Amino acid sequence: MSRRVVRVAAGQGFWGDWLEAPVRQVRGGPIDYLMMDYLAEVTMSIMQKQKSRDPKAGYARDFVPLMERILPDIVEKGIKVTSNAGGVNPRGCAEAVLETARRLGLAGKVKVGLVSGDDLLGRLDQLIAGGHSLSNMETGRPLSDVRDRVLSANAYLGMAPIVEALRGGAHVVITGRVTDTGLTLGPIFYEFGWPSDDWDKVAAGTVAGHIIECGAQCSGGNLLKDWRKVKGLANPGFPIVEALPDGTFVVTKHPGTGGVVSVASVTEQLVYEMGDPRSYITPDGVADFTTIHLKQAGRDRVRVGGIQGGPPTPLLKVSIAYFYGYKAVGTLVYSWPDAYDKARAADRILRERLADLGLEFEQILTEFVGASATHGRLSGPPNSEAPEVQLRVGVRASERAPVERFTREIAPLVLTGPPSVTGFAGGRPAVEEVVAYWPALIDRRQVEPHVRVEILTA
Amino acid sequence: MARNARNKGPKKGSAKRSRLPAAPHPRLQLRWIAHARSGDKGDTANVGLIALKPEYYPILHREVTVARVARHFKGMVSGVERFELPNLNALNFLLHGALDGGGTISLKTDAQGKVYSTALLRMEIPISPALARGLLR
Repeated sequence: MSRRVVRVAAGQGFWGDWLEAPVRQVRGGPIDYLMMDYLAEVTMSIMQKQKSRDPKAGYARDFVPLMERILPDIVEKGIKVTSNAGGVNPRGCAEAVLETARRLGLAGKVKVGLVSGDDLLGRLDQLIAGGHSLSNMETGRPLSDVRDRVLSANAYLGMAPIVEALRGGAHVVITGRVTDTGLTLGPIFYEFGWPSDDWDKVAAGTVAGHIIECGAQCSGGNLLKDWRKVKGLANPGFPIVEALPDGTFVVTKHPGTGGVVSVASVTEQLVYEMGDPRSYITPDGVADFTTIHLKQAGRDRVRVGGIQGGPPTPLLKVSIAYFYGYKAVGTLVYSWPDAYDKARAADRILRERLADLGLEFEQILTEFVGASATHGRLSGPPNSEAPEVQLRVGVRASERAPVERFTREIAPLVLTGPPSVTGFAGGRPAVEEVVAYWPALIDRRQVEPHVRVEILTA
Repeated sequence: MARNARNKGPKKGSAKRSRLPAAPHPRLQLRWIAHARSGDKGDTANVGLIALKPEYYPILHREVTVARVARHFKGMVSGVERFELPNLNALNFLLHGALDGGGTISLKTDAQGKVYSTALLRMEIPISPALARGLLR
């Protein structure tokens, strides 16, 4: 018995997104699934660091108190949850959710599907020895270059383990590095019972996932076209996909919420982070974004159809994070008149002092916020009447010491540099450790046999 | 017909001219006929450039060439690729080497290339006097 429509609602577009969104998605109208994407490219390495200090950590901690708020609603309404909040410790995350369910008196009523097997960190040396170079997709360098500094390595899994967990009766599916799109594809394929090699359907679900994976960024948030006309963003309606058995779907949001779902809002999200639109590659298939057709189908409803796709490649992407070095950013604000000239003079003095100290940096980058920081020379000549300009200087080095010393060279400029300077109340800038991203590919046969799905009951 | 208007950077004079439909080949910033969103992939920024009306797409297709975008971002990016999405009335540009290493390495305010979108909308293209008059109305 298959359904007529499957409603997948986006609850989080990234780790740190609006905390009220999932609650309002669950309570604001009918949905079948709540999809929550937490993992950006280097998030896994942050979680790996947390796990090395505390074996119970290593997942998106926000997820547990959030589930505490919504578990009673989702049990009552029969809503299911898919999320990659598990990070590098999906088991720890699953256990915390089960514990929360028991505490809420929901023992026996919540089944958690736990997906693991994406984590390659423990197998890296074996894989490299086996001839898998895990070369950087951008630079072509072999992973052995930075092997001793690798902090995390996770293959991107697709929808298959999510479908399996749902078949096993899971109400909440918790994964590690599953693609953002897989979190949406899984529920739709499970509900409609589509074969996983129906490539046009895979492509359609992938496009649906891409549209809602950044939360409200497809429903009025960050919308450039007619941005003044977007109303009600104090209560932004996060997107909902209404998937139909024919492979088409509608993007919408709950009634009474702010924002807008229009052809323009959906198009802006479609082109976000796009590469070659003819081949949007995921572990589940390859979608052709040049086949997408959009049509406004009522207020805050956009119908999406026509999507074609093809089979996936034999490779899976691997997200590797490694320790790169240190950086710090210092800022000072210079005021009218001639704010830009003062900020420039201060930058010259600062650079001369750094050179005199013999400090070596891989990069020193100066920006003038309020003059040219984001658009560079396209900003045109600086305005001598500007009320203020912020001097923003960043440095990066492989060693900590020069970066540390740099952070002590900002405040002295206040009494030893150009006049009318303020905005140093925050104190000395912090030295940050830089963890960098190393994208690679691997033969999927090295990963898929290791993927496990377990069903745990509260 | 666009040729004689080439090699003009975003100077004050040309910006003024775009508001004077009497000029033989008025120039116009893309912001008046397109909207855009940008994002990142490593050290590459992407800009999706979307026609504000379907009838503007052929103008974008014809005028916003790889060569012109590369010239617009000269010194800011190391290479430009263009892809076409006529179904969405959009072009997608990849701006390589645009993000000081990108991601967590970058020291830029816009480390994730979020506002390369509006930087592209500053670009000026030649348009027909008729379209200029229509837009100014």
